[in-house]
Amino acid sequence: MDTTITNNFKSEEYFINMGPQHPATHGVLRLLLTIDGEIIKKVEPDLGYIHRSIEKMCERDSYQQIVHLTDRMDYLSSHINNEAVCLTVENALQVEVPERVKVIRTILDELTRIASHTLWWGVMGMDVGALTTYFYGFRDREMINDIFEETCGARLTMNYNIPGGLMFDIHPNFVKRTKEFIAHFKTKLPEYDLLLTGNVIFQKRMKGIGILSKEDAISFGASGPVGRASGYSCDVRKHHPYSAFDKVTFNEILKTEGDTLARYQVRILEMWESMSIIEQLIDNIPEGDFFAKTNTVIKLPEGEYYERVETARGELGVYIISTGTKSPYRMKFRSPGFSNLSLLNHIAVGGKIGDLVATMATLDLVIPDIDR
Amino acid sequence: MTNEALQNLISSWIPELEFTEEKSQFLNITVQPEQLHQLMTQLKSNSETKFDYLFCLSGVDWGTALGVVYHLESTTHRHQLVVKVKTEDRENPTFDTVCDIWYTAEFHEREVFDFFGIKFTNHPNLKRLFLTEEWDGFPLRKDYVDEINMVIK
Amino acid sequence: MNITKNIHEWLFSLMPEATASIVEMVLIAVVYLAIFAVAGLYLVLLERRVAAWFQLRLGPNRVGYQGLLQTMADALKLVSKELTVTIKADKFLYNLAPYFVIVTALMALSLFPFSKEFQAFDINIGIFFLTAISSIGVIGILLAGWSSNNKFALIGAMRSGVQTISYELSVGLSLLTMVLMTGSLQLSQIVEVQKGGWLIVQGHIPAIIAFCIYMIAGTAETNRAPFDLVEAESELGAGFHTEYSGMKFAYFFLAEFINMFIIAAIATTIFFGAYLSPFGITESIPLLGVFWFLAKTLVLVFLMMWFRWTFPRLRIDQLLVLEWKYLLPLNLLNLVLMALIVLLKLTIHF
Repeated sequence: MDTTITNNFKSEEYFINMGPQHPATHGVLRLLLTIDGEIIKKVEPDLGYIHRSIEKMCERDSYQQIVHLTDRMDYLSSHINNEAVCLTVENALQVEVPERVKVIRTILDELTRIASHTLWWGVMGMDVGALTTYFYGFRDREMINDIFEETCGARLTMNYNIPGGLMFDIHPNFVKRTKEFIAHFKTKLPEYDLLLTGNVIFQKRMKGIGILSKEDAISFGASGPVGRASGYSCDVRKHHPYSAFDKVTFNEILKTEGDTLARYQVRILEMWESMSIIEQLIDNIPEGDFFAKTNTVIKLPEGEYYERVETARGELGVYIISTGTKSPYRMKFRSPGFSNLSLLNHIAVGGKIGDLVATMATLDLVIPDIDR
Repeated sequence: MTNEALQNLISSWIPELEFTEEKSQFLNITVQPEQLHQLMTQLKSNSETKFDYLFCLSGVDWGTALGVVYHLESTTHRHQLVVKVKTEDRENPTFDTVCDIWYTAEFHEREVFDFFGIKFTNHPNLKRLFLTEEWDGFPLRKDYVDEINMVIK
Repeated sequence: MNITKNIHEWLFSLMPEATASIVEMVLIAVVYLAIFAVAGLYLVLLERRVAAWFQLRLGPNRVGYQGLLQTMADALKLVSKELTVTIKADKFLYNLAPYFVIVTALMALSLFPFSKEFQAFDINIGIFFLTAISSIGVIGILLAGWSSNNKFALIGAMRSGVQTISYELSVGLSLLTMVLMTGSLQLSQIVEVQKGGWLIVQGHIPAIIAFCIYMIAGTAETNRAPFDLVEAESELGAGFHTEYSGMKFAYFFLAEFINMFIIAAIATTIFFGAYLSPFGITESIPLLGVFWFLAKTLVLVFLMMWFRWTFPRLRIDQLLVLEWKYLLPLNLLNLVLMALIVLLKLTIHF
């Protein structure tokens, strides 16, 4: 038996391993569960199965190379991860990026967010048993991937951002295809509600499960939809705006119940808000350069820099300590999934195994984001 | 509160703190290891500062010293602060844990222990987090050597 | 053209009586085994095509014309697989478990009146026998979970045992509600009574309620979604048949589909008039009854597949609450209501 289970193991409890290969853990996560019948007594995550020592690698890479490493962390919001590092470097060098770059970055951010949330919705349905939702989610995500492929060259790990701006200008079809997608998706999102949200079985599986109070959310560092569903206003786009987010109007979706149904509804409503942001920007992309000139060898001035962005999972923080050389002295990524995972033990204890699966699905964990 | 007001308030609690704002976008406080827990508790509980959100806990190897950097924010007043603590002891570096103040620190401190070897007293479950139990050494330290796995340019 | 009678007489003329009856029984068993195998295979293919249709994709359509040989290919593959046995598994029970589910499914299949002449086993306690047989199937599941020596399999088997035992009550009671109108448990008698209109029409309101309860409880009996947390893929790997591979896994898999067919066939017999055509339009053509029976059963099978691919699944405690707090009292009230209607002669007759 694993030495992680200590002396508090009573005789009627038994110990089960969920993962690392498991259909419900969304990646290589191993959960050590101590169960009494169907009730969960303790959940302990075991991480490190996909740890690639990104932070150590950053200490010897140049800043342009580091951008390529970041989109493999949380691969579902890869564009936003790239943007985080680029923003940190640009603010450190005090480089002013053109307006065009800011607007395009914002539009791509929101498209990435919609893509991540549709995938989340598909997998969420699959985890609670409605196996058809997976296909519907992926069908809509394919359209976004096609737009990315045409403009950025890749479907998942975009690498379109560089410190200073964008690698290439957007494709001429970009605006047209994005508008077509928005029009199409507006008819599909009510379909999602019809299939899953209003279903009474689904509601019974989600209501009142995995409740997280606001104080606990702040103390555990929960961010993103997880925090907002508990009433904690943590949207980085509102409190520390970056790129073009201060020029658009959108609502921060807050709910107070803090259960899985609230987290689910927050994400669905966030998709509507993302579409509204894209609509506000897509017709007025300013003309101009698509990058600002920086040196080929980027050396940040000595000091410490911190930038935060809002990925689809929550708040990603990039912390660079630089001594003036071409690689950072220390690079730390504050990943949203890491803090969101730490509250799993707190909210899953006392529930049943089925509840654990539903809760984990709404925490929307991407394990490479946690393991880095 | 502005950085000046914060500086005045916090220095009135503990006199031996060092404040600086250069080379950083936040107000930095350097505190001695013995006063770390007391300072953190007061930063959270005092209603004028109310730093209830620890948004980043990083371990740093400063070359000769090992240290931890805490980034704090208040969700009510929306001001931010950085607290740094260092120790020259590289054999057995130890700090007080803050996971009784902010629950998020539990996992973050395990990560710092895993990569730097810094121990935290009173931590409920101080074990390695990402690496296996039998791993030798602390990879993110600057003097970490691994002939096989590391590629040095 | 009464085939069964001719074969019966021919056999009895060839050899002495005892041998002839044994040969006849073996022949019937072989025929039903063939029906079981073919039906199982084509139901799997139907499920895959229906699922694909719901999920906006095509499904298997390459192997054979429109994919008709697909499950044949899958069965051949399964037969040729290595039969792995875990070291600590209880060998005798582990090997025995699949046969429980197969044998009970076969026995249930032999009772159905596919057509006036085509019924293997017409005993006078027809309905009672059917419900009793389906209860034995759960032993196979419990044995499989226990003998695999695997915690996930054990959890799955325990859940299944609880679920099946609970929902048998609802199945039995809803069938009993309809028997009030027929006055006999024998299946051929029940079909005779429906010559004056299908039972679901004769019994109007309570019959419709009984049908709805029967469909819900029947889906739960066969461990299909939305009650499929026995084999909840996203929770427990594969539930009670985690440790089975190759042909033994195929037995469980086929048995699940045959059970679905059986539940639908019982519903067709009791509620929708088995082989009788609507309004008696084609009664004069012999053997067309088989077509009507299969058509009605397949519609109900499609309904069960529709449930599976649309609804999320219920948690185990919600499932039991549904049965004991909602379906059972509703069933009992419905029974009383039906009894009143039969007593007051308010049934609809044609």
